[in-house]
Amino acid sequence: MADTNPSQTHASGPQTTGHVWDGDLQEYNNPLPAWWTWTFYATIVFALVYWVVYPSWPVGKGFLPGIGKISYVNAEGEVESWHWNTRAKLLNEMQAAADAQKPYFDRIADLSYDQIAHDPELNSFVVSAGKVLFADNCAACHQAGGQGKIGSYPNLADDDWLYGGTFEEINETLNKGRRGYMPGYAEALAANEIDALAHYVLSLSGDSVDAAKAAEGKALFHSHKAACYYCHGDDGKGRKDIGSANLTDQVWLWADVPGAADIGTRAARVRQVIAGGLSRGVMPAWEGRLSPEQIKVLTVYVHELGGGQ
Amino acid sequence: MFKNFKHEKIETNAGLLLVLTMLAVSVGGLVEIAPLFFIKDTMEKVDGVRPYTPLEQRGRDIYIREGCYTCHSQMIRPFRDEQLRYGHYSLAAESKYDHPFQWGSKRTGPDLARVGGKYSNEWHVQHMINPKSVVPESVMPNYPWLMETKLDISDVGDRMRALRRVGVPYSSNQEELDRNIERFGEDMARMLHIPDAQKNLVKQAQEGNYDGDRSSVSEMDALVAYLQMLGTLVDFSKIDPEELVKFR
Repeated sequence: MADTNPSQTHASGPQTTGHVWDGDLQEYNNPLPAWWTWTFYATIVFALVYWVVYPSWPVGKGFLPGIGKISYVNAEGEVESWHWNTRAKLLNEMQAAADAQKPYFDRIADLSYDQIAHDPELNSFVVSAGKVLFADNCAACHQAGGQGKIGSYPNLADDDWLYGGTFEEINETLNKGRRGYMPGYAEALAANEIDALAHYVLSLSGDSVDAAKAAEGKALFHSHKAACYYCHGDDGKGRKDIGSANLTDQVWLWADVPGAADIGTRAARVRQVIAGGLSRGVMPAWEGRLSPEQIKVLTVYVHELGGGQ
Repeated sequence: MFKNFKHEKIETNAGLLLVLTMLAVSVGGLVEIAPLFFIKDTMEKVDGVRPYTPLEQRGRDIYIREGCYTCHSQMIRPFRDEQLRYGHYSLAAESKYDHPFQWGSKRTGPDLARVGGKYSNEWHVQHMINPKSVVPESVMPNYPWLMETKLDISDVGDRMRALRRVGVPYSSNQEELDRNIERFGEDMARMLHIPDAQKNLVKQAQEGNYDGDRSSVSEMDALVAYLQMLGTLVDFSKIDPEELVKFR
């Protein structure tokens, strides 16, 4: 504890608290700096103004709403005004932004996809608005540039479209979502039969494979036992109404064939898909989550990524 | 009166300082807490909000166990940028069965209040095992053990009973079940019946096949089931935005 010096002021020094430590350590008792006290008073004045403008004190079963007003357009199209609150402010800001974008979205709603794509002004709107929409909603699966991911998510930046690449087909995919399915053949077919099929499937896209196995696989492909042709078509080019893959091109979604160095690994990866089947290729539906105009913007944006069809 | 007042008088009198401090603090308490006892509604009345099913509730437990809330909030604020990215702002009613709520206060990752239905189950599984495999720039850690760990369902009934004690309307007898059927519909009410908790949990996991493996119920099943229902209960197309404005 400090000793207390009865004589609180020195003859020539500033005022002290009168406490003395170790004989000569003392504590000044200066007033607070003027800038500090004035800032303090200013915060009190600020609070008073705030209470008047914004909702503040609780009164009875309600509260003082303040004199600040926010106006917005209600469901009947009339301008309505309500005391300041964040929800009213949001409504106001959303409506102001919608008004600013309205000329573009109105034209987008009226015009055909083709007209939008060929209108330079609208097209640049689609590219900038579509990029943001795509980043928020699509990029998690299809990646930032729409390049997709082999083994999980289709590449949107190429010219291969499982469910069709016309504007209308892309729009339907976006609105309704898609659910890819292929049965697994691990139980229905023997291991050597699956291997033969894998070789045939690889031969369809121009890989040099064991000819005997490919011939056996070809017979199986078109047989009732495996019935691959039923979904992938007699020519193996797939059917876009059910989203079955085109097996004759170089584009692979589920089996990472391009990433395999030798024919053995490539066949193994195709065998895995044939044996296990696919049941989890799900594209979520965006109807309801995004507005029809936003989906139209995304349709044109996605169409442009890979050139569409 | 204030002519001779010196702040020193308060500072050097412990009793007086204590009394005045309590007075100052109690103003804040009175202004913020007292009105809640008089205001009739602090929560919007919206349709669709229901308690979590046993599987979702266990998923929520895992969400809390793994500390997801340290990086993810579940609270969309009424700002334009948030509404555009995440969807409609969160309502109090949407977390009324949350104990504890998961609003969070820090976003290292995105808000999850309306993540339900935004991605496929497969995406969630892959993302949980290795987030960078789908989002290259992500800093989220890997959670591969969720897929390998079998979900402990032995105490799910007890967990629901505990929540019932704090006001979540899980039913434990016929009378409560009947009341829930009226409130949440037949199928959902049966899902929320405590005596059937384990059976219902396994059934939902099997039907939903959240982790892509039907052979057993993993922690991944529960977590994905929970994530896929977040923010999906209220149909905002049926709510006039003006009503929510005027509620404030």
